[in-house]
Amino acid sequence: MTESWISCEEVVERLVDYLHQELDNHTSAEIERHLERCHDCFSRAEFERRLRERIARSGQQEAPERLRRRIREMIDHF
Amino acid sequence: MATSTRHDLPVASPQERKDQFEKQVAHLMDRLYGTALRLARNPDDAEDVVAETISNAWKKLDQLDDCAHMEGWLFRILHRTFISQWRRRQCRQDKEVELEPESGDDRFSLFEKLHQPFLLWWGAPEKEFINTLLQEDIGKAIDHLPDAYRVAIVLVEVEGYSYEEASRLLGLPLGTIRSRISRGRCRLQKALWQQAHDAGLANCCSQPPGTRGGDV
Repeated sequence: MTESWISCEEVVERLVDYLHQELDNHTSAEIERHLERCHDCFSRAEFERRLRERIARSGQQEAPERLRRRIREMIDHF
Repeated sequence: MATSTRHDLPVASPQERKDQFEKQVAHLMDRLYGTALRLARNPDDAEDVVAETISNAWKKLDQLDDCAHMEGWLFRILHRTFISQWRRRQCRQDKEVELEPESGDDRFSLFEKLHQPFLLWWGAPEKEFINTLLQEDIGKAIDHLPDAYRVAIVLVEVEGYSYEEASRLLGLPLGTIRSRISRGRCRLQKALWQQAHDAGLANCCSQPPGTRGGDV
């Protein structure tokens, strides 16, 4: 049985799609295997993953009180 | 069977229904506003997007079959509300993103700027960089992205939509979404690098921006 080995260049090229779970199962599994044995690619993936978590948090922002009031008044008039 | 787990709004009286709606909206307000702010870039426009979203949601409330789906449903309305405003604006403005040629910024990688081989992840400068990033720096970097990149990044990176869902919402081919996410991420990283450098926070990297691939 032959096992295909994905190169670092291919991992870098597909890393964003991999993190977004946009790859087929076979390619994702190949990348996972590569990350288990390649320190640099593992660090890169970890960095991109953490950055993604921080970016996702930017969607949380305290709504101003005047907006909350505006919405309450609007709903009162529905 | 399935109906026993449903949280139907119509069983409530009109006032209860309104109270329930108001309660759920209030609970989601910070996220609704945060997402609208990332999309619209300024507080006044973001507030208008949220208000229009709530108004549209109330009008369509009968279409919501299960109150447990309220959150996803509200956010889809918010995105559609913003996107229709945005399209109207785009028709009046230039189409710079579609015509913009690929540049060095589209290959920029913060990791490549910061990474030092042979250091383990937990002691690495790139980890330090992530830890020192302020949430407002990230917000500012997203706000500076060109519109088309920013909207794709917010939908996929902030809201967690799949490429296919973003493609449907924006009415764009999947390949265009993929390309905007890829280029948008690189530009976002470039902006973060520039901000960190300007603030003197990028001192873990020995070379100034522009000298190790990509230029500022």
